[in-house]
Amino acid sequence: MTSAVDTPADAARPAAPSGLVAVARAPGWVRYALLAVGLLVAFWLPNGLYPAVAVDILCWALFAVSVDLLLGFTGLMSFGHAAFWGTSAYVTGLVAIHAGLPFPAAVLAGALAAALLALPIGYLAVKRAGIYFAMVTLAFAQMVYYVANEWRSVTQGENGLQGVPRSFFGADLSDDYYFYYAILPIVLLGLLAAWRIVHSPFGRVLVGIRDNPARARALGYPVHRYKLTAFVLSGFLAGLGGGLFAVGHRFVSLDVLHWTTSGKAVIVVVLGGIGTLWGGVLGAALVVRLEDLLSFSGFEAIGLVTGGIFVLVVLLFRRGIWGSVAALALRWRRRS
Amino acid sequence: MAGQALLSARGLTRDFRGFRAVDRVDLDVAPETVHALVGPNGAGKTTLFNLLTGFLPPTAGRIELAGRDVTGLPPERVARLGVARSFQITSLFPQLSAREHVQLALQSPSGLGWRFWRSAKLMHRYRERADELLAMVGLGELAEAPAEALAYGRKRALELAIALALDPKVLLLDEPTAGMGLEDVDRTVDLIARVRQGRTVVMVEHNMSVVGRLADTVTVLQAGKVLVEGPYEQVRADERVITAYLGATDAAH
Repeated sequence: MTSAVDTPADAARPAAPSGLVAVARAPGWVRYALLAVGLLVAFWLPNGLYPAVAVDILCWALFAVSVDLLLGFTGLMSFGHAAFWGTSAYVTGLVAIHAGLPFPAAVLAGALAAALLALPIGYLAVKRAGIYFAMVTLAFAQMVYYVANEWRSVTQGENGLQGVPRSFFGADLSDDYYFYYAILPIVLLGLLAAWRIVHSPFGRVLVGIRDNPARARALGYPVHRYKLTAFVLSGFLAGLGGGLFAVGHRFVSLDVLHWTTSGKAVIVVVLGGIGTLWGGVLGAALVVRLEDLLSFSGFEAIGLVTGGIFVLVVLLFRRGIWGSVAALALRWRRRS
Repeated sequence: MAGQALLSARGLTRDFRGFRAVDRVDLDVAPETVHALVGPNGAGKTTLFNLLTGFLPPTAGRIELAGRDVTGLPPERVARLGVARSFQITSLFPQLSAREHVQLALQSPSGLGWRFWRSAKLMHRYRERADELLAMVGLGELAEAPAEALAYGRKRALELAIALALDPKVLLLDEPTAGMGLEDVDRTVDLIARVRQGRTVVMVEHNMSVVGRLADTVTVLQAGKVLVEGPYEQVRADERVITAYLGATDAAH
């Protein structure tokens, strides 16, 4: 704590590209129109896509937003968020199977477990910044993966947790179409929570810490504690998504804890636009839909296509999809 | 006299890998004075600043604020106890507006910053005070401008407004006129002369005319050590200082 971290030299670091400012400057009617369109699409989604794919999109949207909360608004790139997504998936699955609770209660238990896990991991990780923070989170996520792999009596190892029930006071949610509408309110609540965090006094401090940690400390803000709080909140949101994912698939495999899951979450956020919040939702929809399309077509190398798109977006549209569109709209508005 | 000093250091030392940047410095800053730290490049002025504000832990020595030991406290604690600083290299939040900067500073002691479940509009409660401070440093018209859009002199003024927003016991200014044109220097000197009323200011400054116009006490550092300390006129006339530092500047006059 007393080492010379965040010395003033850090201040020279350029700010992360952000769409937040652009959206905040958009006139009220634009924002309400976007909200209305977003809600309409959310309510229509399982009618236009396979409902199972639509469910995955919702879960990944929460996951992406949780990663963006750190990456875009706190300046921390977690490369180990699968730990929270996956831990919640397992805890949700176990609670749903053994306690027979309604699925929202099981998901809440999973998300709380993820937040609890985020506390010690975050405590150690936030003392580092940049690539070191990413490496610490990755290392912890790998530890969680190996624990889950070895602890077969609980996790069933490579067989995975089978038969996670979708119990909800006797309602029949076995059809993915109805299950989608059952989880939509929970996902919207999660997204609303993320929006509130970003647009709170706390969120303003986070943006300050992201852009200039030394200055934030000079203003009297305990930077590590703020980062840790953001980390735990992010872990909770990732857990919310992971728990719903477990119930959605009725099955939890070790994949949920694999490092490629963490990587995919980062890719989704970068594609959608770092620091835009809604860009993550958009990125989740595109990546999940694309992967489904490719696997349906029998194409083998899915990663090649998503990876190629990722490279293109990073090279050509540094702000991601949402960020680029927001920047374009802003420029167009200034000109007219 | 140490008992009367608001901010004092005893035997303050800082090593960097065998290089001693600050060497057993004793410093006493009397309340409601302007205390200037001068010295050639590499004399340890900015390191001393970083030690006094907790950004660097000292290798040895002790720092007291109003009689309280603050040695080794992290910068956010030192700031809370009433030591506000500016940075030599302008250090702002590029995407936040001038007003948001001051509001963040005003909000800092209140704990409002933890309210992640409340609207950021709550910060408007500091708006009036923020606009007062901005007007005071001449940024009244630019409250809405993002910091990255401000000209250099304006950024320095915003730095000062943020530091003042913390209502500090001691204001530490690291080269407040660095890189400024003559006009901005004059404006900044006037500004500091105004805000020093009832406050204690410690400033690192290269520009000796600025030091002469503002400082009550001057400490000259050389190679990490205190060379001379005293009132400006006395220090200026001191032969050791002339050889070490002032000679070149005086010759240029």
